[in-house]
Amino acid sequence: MSARAASAACAAPAATAGWAGILAGVLALFVALPPLTVRSDALVVVLGALALAAGAAALRGGERKLGGAAILAGLLGAGLGYGAAHTATGGLEAAVSWGALGGATLRFACPLIFAALGGLVSERSGVVNIALEGMMLMGAFFAAYGADKTGSWVLGILIGMLAGAALAAVHAVFAISVRSDQIVSGTALNFVALGLTGYMYVDVYGADGTPNDLPQVPEVHLPTSSLGFAGNSIDDQNLLVWVSLVMVVAVWVFVFRTRAGLRMRSVGENPRAAETVGISVQRTRYLAVIASGALAALGGAFLSIGSVHSFTQNMTAGKGFIALAALIFGRWRPFGLLAATLLFGFSSALAQRLPQLTPGAENVATLLQALPYVLTLVAVAGVIGRSIPPKADGVPYKREG
Amino acid sequence: MTAPTPSDHRGPAATRLLRHLSVGGAVAPLITTIVAFFVGGLVVLATGKDPLTTYKAIFDGTGLNWLLPWSGDRALAATNLQQTLINTGPLILCGLAVAYAFRAGLFNIGAQGQYTMGTIAAVYAGSSWAGLPGWLHVVLAMAVAALAGAAWAGIAGALRASTGANEVITTIMLNYTALWIGVYLFGLGGPLQANDQPDVPVSNDIVGGAKLPVFWGDKDLQGLHVGIFVAVLAAGIFWVVLNRSRLGYEARAVGFSPPAARSAGIGVGRTYVVTMAICGLFAGLAGSLDILGWQFHLATNDISASQVGFLGIAVALLGRNTAIGTCFAALLFGALSQGTSVRNLDPAVFQPELAQNLTTVIQGLVVLLVSADVLLASVWRRRRARAGGGGAAAAPPTPTTLGSVSP
Repeated sequence: MSARAASAACAAPAATAGWAGILAGVLALFVALPPLTVRSDALVVVLGALALAAGAAALRGGERKLGGAAILAGLLGAGLGYGAAHTATGGLEAAVSWGALGGATLRFACPLIFAALGGLVSERSGVVNIALEGMMLMGAFFAAYGADKTGSWVLGILIGMLAGAALAAVHAVFAISVRSDQIVSGTALNFVALGLTGYMYVDVYGADGTPNDLPQVPEVHLPTSSLGFAGNSIDDQNLLVWVSLVMVVAVWVFVFRTRAGLRMRSVGENPRAAETVGISVQRTRYLAVIASGALAALGGAFLSIGSVHSFTQNMTAGKGFIALAALIFGRWRPFGLLAATLLFGFSSALAQRLPQLTPGAENVATLLQALPYVLTLVAVAGVIGRSIPPKADGVPYKREG
Repeated sequence: MTAPTPSDHRGPAATRLLRHLSVGGAVAPLITTIVAFFVGGLVVLATGKDPLTTYKAIFDGTGLNWLLPWSGDRALAATNLQQTLINTGPLILCGLAVAYAFRAGLFNIGAQGQYTMGTIAAVYAGSSWAGLPGWLHVVLAMAVAALAGAAWAGIAGALRASTGANEVITTIMLNYTALWIGVYLFGLGGPLQANDQPDVPVSNDIVGGAKLPVFWGDKDLQGLHVGIFVAVLAAGIFWVVLNRSRLGYEARAVGFSPPAARSAGIGVGRTYVVTMAICGLFAGLAGSLDILGWQFHLATNDISASQVGFLGIAVALLGRNTAIGTCFAALLFGALSQGTSVRNLDPAVFQPELAQNLTTVIQGLVVLLVSADVLLASVWRRRRARAGGGGAAAAPPTPTTLGSVSP
């Protein structure tokens, strides 16, 4: 991709403008951060404006993707750079201590990775899953509940995954067998999961909350802290973070390198043709949706017994929808969604850390929380290349005869 | 979910749903509700409580017993009914916001975000412009809120029209974008945060003149404001626009079949934008009712805790996307959330925190079963097609769909 783009850049002035714009946008943020720490709005704004202008030029020259990317880079770079330029230098250095930021990014990304992978499996088989939020919540509660009752975090995770799979099975029945509208069914299950977990939480734990001695998923300590920023990011991560990264590879291998994965994709693209060659559309979709629930629940389990070691009502707070956004932004591909979740995780980490360390500008960081949603809006609108779902995604299948 | 042309060919999901929903009248929603309550009762039973006394206690808390003149404490029932109706107004409007989109074949999951933009606009308008005459201030604030909702929803409509971006995805994203905009505006150090309370993430209070007049109950104890009339009036307007105007005809035609509407000379893209904007008007207005009627200010917690717009989906589906149905469904959900509120439900009978979650479960079940009565409807239709000598293939959509859904 980059080689092709680079050669194209020599040929087409529009592409050159696009790449220059992206560079300017990145620079706009870079100059405001340590070690340069430029404290001038003018430079940031000028660089941002340059990026916008170059992006516009690229768009006019017919480079849709590059132009859009340049405009985005300009907006982001100028916005973030402006914010950074207005924060105290000392606070900034602490906030942007890259190791801690990298670690937080992974922690924020982990539940999103699991849930987005779940969404990928379901949607690749042709069933839209907007109940990821509910499935995560089921996983979060039942993992905590299971860990508490059995005294084992392994069993807790398994019970959480079973609960997510159970909710997904209901979605499967309605979406596949009943052929009801998949969006309606998903919306309904989000309500059901919210109410059910809340009900059980109040009924079992009441006002006291989950016990303090809840079994926890262990952290993995690596002797990498001397290896600079990357080592600092990974030296103290939860086991489930590593599992999530492995799952990305595993799901990629399954979906794109195995017979079963190929069959699943064919069911999601053209169920009629798949059925003709002897693949059971119903069975494939049922398995995919149920697996999707288990995966999303694993993300929920990370939230409760991996990350904060307790459960609170509605603790997913929209993370299932961020995962959905990451799935779309990553174009229904495992590594695409990994990149998206890391980007979203980074924006969350930045939003969390900036206000703690920079009195006066706390609130600007809040806007970073909206970034995943805005980027996804931009992505589905096709400004930077359009995200195209599996062809039969969301279409109920009905056998003939 | 985003490709424009293929989705037009197979008909958007909402269109298919709409076709199914046109069968069955009021019976199916009633059965749906009863089944949902029955399952909810099983949940109560499973936790060792008596479902009947629980439901009786919730019913008494709704204030609907005020309608039974022989019931006990009239004053208490009246207060409760006022609160129920305060809940009902915004629910009607959010239900209409979802229902109007359904009729045009669009699935508006974004009523929550449009509602949020409405509350933000209403609280801004209500807390500024202090010199205005009261009635003008109220009307202006409501208009600004409705327009804010319309603009927000219009983004989804415009994206659908221009790039084919699926409105389910875009409205979900707009919901959370609106939420964070609100948190930014009223959070500590935010541009619209209260001037006199630097440590509280809340907006300024709206001025007295911008408050909606109270016509039943005590003005200082959250009596019933006129917002319920605004909502019912809006339901009437919804019916007129949908069934008696060119706009509504075009929306229904596009909902029935975008290609057919296109070949009939209707601008499908333009209809998407206008339809979504109308939805946003309803939802934004809902936001203004809550702000100008009883909240009077907006805290960041209010924004993230609000579910009104999401409930609008359940209201619209249960009300079968009709004006009257939406009003009744909104009353049901408004009553439920009032009957299970902390200050109404006696903890000795049933813990209100449990009951609130029970309400959420029942709402979810209602929505789930609405999608199942789609199954009943299709089975019923297939039977009929078979009895009439037709084959086993799905019956073609009834040609009367466009006209027959009216209340």
